[in-house]
Amino acid sequence: MYEKRILKGMEKFLISLFIVLCVVISCKKILPGAPEDATVLDGTIDGLTMEENQRFLKGDAAFTEVFTAETGLGTTFVATSCISCHAGDGKGHPSTTLTRFGQPDEFGNIFMDQGGPQLQNRALPGYMPEQIPAGATFSKFTPPANTGLGFLDFVSDADILALSDPDDLNGDGISGVPNWIVIPGYITPRPDAIVQNGKHICRFGKKGAAYNLLNQTVNAYNQDMGITSTYNPVDVYTGQEIDPEISNQKIQDVVFYLQTLKAPVARNQEDSEVKQGKALFAQINCAACHTPKLKTGFSPIKGLSYKEFSPYTDLLLHDMGPGLDDGYTEGSAKTYEWRTPALWGLGLSQSSQGGKYYLMHDGRAHSIEEAILMHGGEASGSKAMYQALSSGEKMALIKFLESL
Amino acid sequence: MIYRFLFVYLFISLASQAQVDSTLFRRVPKDTTKNAMNMDAVYNRPFLALGKSPVAIGGYLESNWQYGVTDGITEGHQFQARRLTVFLASKINRRLKFLSEIEFEEGGREIAIEFASMDLELHPLLNFRGGIVMNPIGAFNQNHDGPKWEFIDRPISATQMLPATWSNTGFGIFGKTFHKSWMIGYELYLTGNFDNSIIENTENKTFLPAAKRNPERFEEINSGLPLMNGKIAVRNRKAGELGVSYMGGVYNKFQDDGLIIDSRRRVDVFAVDYNTTIPTINTTIIAEWAWVFVQVPATYTQQFGTKQYGGFIDIIQPILSRSMLGWEKATLNLACRLEYVDWNVGTFTETGDNIYEHLWSIAPAISFRPNAQTVFRFNYRYQQQTDLLGNPPALTGMFQLGFSTYF
Repeated sequence: MYEKRILKGMEKFLISLFIVLCVVISCKKILPGAPEDATVLDGTIDGLTMEENQRFLKGDAAFTEVFTAETGLGTTFVATSCISCHAGDGKGHPSTTLTRFGQPDEFGNIFMDQGGPQLQNRALPGYMPEQIPAGATFSKFTPPANTGLGFLDFVSDADILALSDPDDLNGDGISGVPNWIVIPGYITPRPDAIVQNGKHICRFGKKGAAYNLLNQTVNAYNQDMGITSTYNPVDVYTGQEIDPEISNQKIQDVVFYLQTLKAPVARNQEDSEVKQGKALFAQINCAACHTPKLKTGFSPIKGLSYKEFSPYTDLLLHDMGPGLDDGYTEGSAKTYEWRTPALWGLGLSQSSQGGKYYLMHDGRAHSIEEAILMHGGEASGSKAMYQALSSGEKMALIKFLESL
Repeated sequence: MIYRFLFVYLFISLASQAQVDSTLFRRVPKDTTKNAMNMDAVYNRPFLALGKSPVAIGGYLESNWQYGVTDGITEGHQFQARRLTVFLASKINRRLKFLSEIEFEEGGREIAIEFASMDLELHPLLNFRGGIVMNPIGAFNQNHDGPKWEFIDRPISATQMLPATWSNTGFGIFGKTFHKSWMIGYELYLTGNFDNSIIENTENKTFLPAAKRNPERFEEINSGLPLMNGKIAVRNRKAGELGVSYMGGVYNKFQDDGLIIDSRRRVDVFAVDYNTTIPTINTTIIAEWAWVFVQVPATYTQQFGTKQYGGFIDIIQPILSRSMLGWEKATLNLACRLEYVDWNVGTFTETGDNIYEHLWSIAPAISFRPNAQTVFRFNYRYQQQTDLLGNPPALTGMFQLGFSTYF
């Protein structure tokens, strides 16, 4: 009787164990694998050394660091960390969109003494955030994707200048110009820098107003999080110089991280519709501004040195028409001029924007087609040609853009 | 520091006596004649008494191996000694008891007094408790001893939403009574409170456990106003125990040196817990669900939510209860835990879309209990965590093998 009970119990146990193991083992996601490389934006460029990998990881950790009042956040700010605005290193969301104000023309920001150029729209508990001063024009900027920035950083000034055509000498209606700006003193110009009246060619940001990734990173810490550094010791809340709240090393680590994040990997390039879309992209002259290929010059990071890559930008400013003229600008750009955004990674935007598209400089376009139709100014011709395409051709073009 | 000294002293004292004759220790059996509720958990533990000493000592150790992968990335194999907890209890006289619980976590890097109170019995329905008390929110916070659970990880809702093990200096009353199959108990305390860190922390979300990192909470209430805690629980021998609990108060520093520096902001937490064992099939069900409401300034970042909810349900099925491998009353169980937490319930101001920031997890488990004091556990956890925006979730799979035992 006793043995029978034991056997029955053992039988129950083995059956239950078998069922549990079957459920566990049959589940393919038992130890979830990495998503396909081409479907994510984070990851390193090829060819990093072990030392560079370590530095990348330090930068990655700094990029995800969340600041608090104790570690220097604010007093007023836009976000508490870099990663808050660049989820998965991709484009930002309307909830992290920032506002710049106070520069109505190319002659400078006239509201610098009233909190310009960036609105810190959030504040630590007990404090009030900044308000846009009366009479100041403004524009909203959706955070861009971070990937592939190292490649853009090491394009030579000469190559950028070679793409510009300020007087439209070739008569194609496209006349890109660089954003010439007097750069901050902490920046060491590139060895091959081209200087014009003491101004340098800037290339990062919606208006192309940041010279390099150090400039961009210092600005982001200061203007987005209210973190002062030796590079920019001015507290955005008081307007006074205060002690640095972040080390130079950490900022340089973040710069290295941004430089060595891989470029987005294009997908479905052998798909016939994608190929057709690529041809149409050239045919309707999108490629005149969204330059398919650029190359880097020398870089101390071997993986970035003398590389050809496909960002689909010329890093120049273009007149985008009155529809996109917010009345605000930076550097020598006109209010209606915007730096051509890179299109690589466009198809992955939804993976960092909560499953939706928020395109153009302020996220006003909710689909790629909407974004195309919002183009004006120098892009009017291309827009008209797009509108004249058949629905199948339009789909092919959009499929190509989604493959980038 | 003083606690470290006291404990080193105590250990040396006990060890030196034990060296004389270890059989002087006698195990104080749990009193199984009394009906226990979750509120009795602090006393419902095995203790060792030393001779005729009025002091009893107890505790438990938890250790495990784990291997986990998140989106294809693993930290490799990990051996963990998560915690060593020591209880000291003393019956000062018939109506006056002292009990303390000290926890050493991460190899002693973190030492916390989780509980150290004096209980004065005036009447079964009216007892006074003072000292460092475990806030009676939900059931897990009070009833969290590792050997009582079939899972190596503590419930996420109880550790990362509710701040188990959350204790504070405070005073209050408790009591219980029973009639036939029914028992009812209550607890009511005023204790130390949360602080600004619950919305100013490196977790980048409203995170009540952040307040645990402030050791000054045992000396000073950040807001100057106490946290109100209350729980009422009803137990029926057949139907099980149902508890409803609340804690709330002003958490932020709104005045300093006589000056008003901020608005008063409240945190309010409600929890429901239930546990039962179905008599015919011996299945045990343990469940807890909680809601957290935190006033966050509208001008602060939306990363820090004003509302959270979440909970867990454990289902435990004994499949073998008999003599095994020389243990007379060994039990083999199959179990499963389901849990869910939403750290930011609401919608984005800019788009009106849902704010995600949630997690769900399922953890099947096999546990072996050679006796009532010890459990060996094999767990698998599958977890899906979605960020604030609702981007593709991070997927985690994890195997764990470990034990937890009272000593």
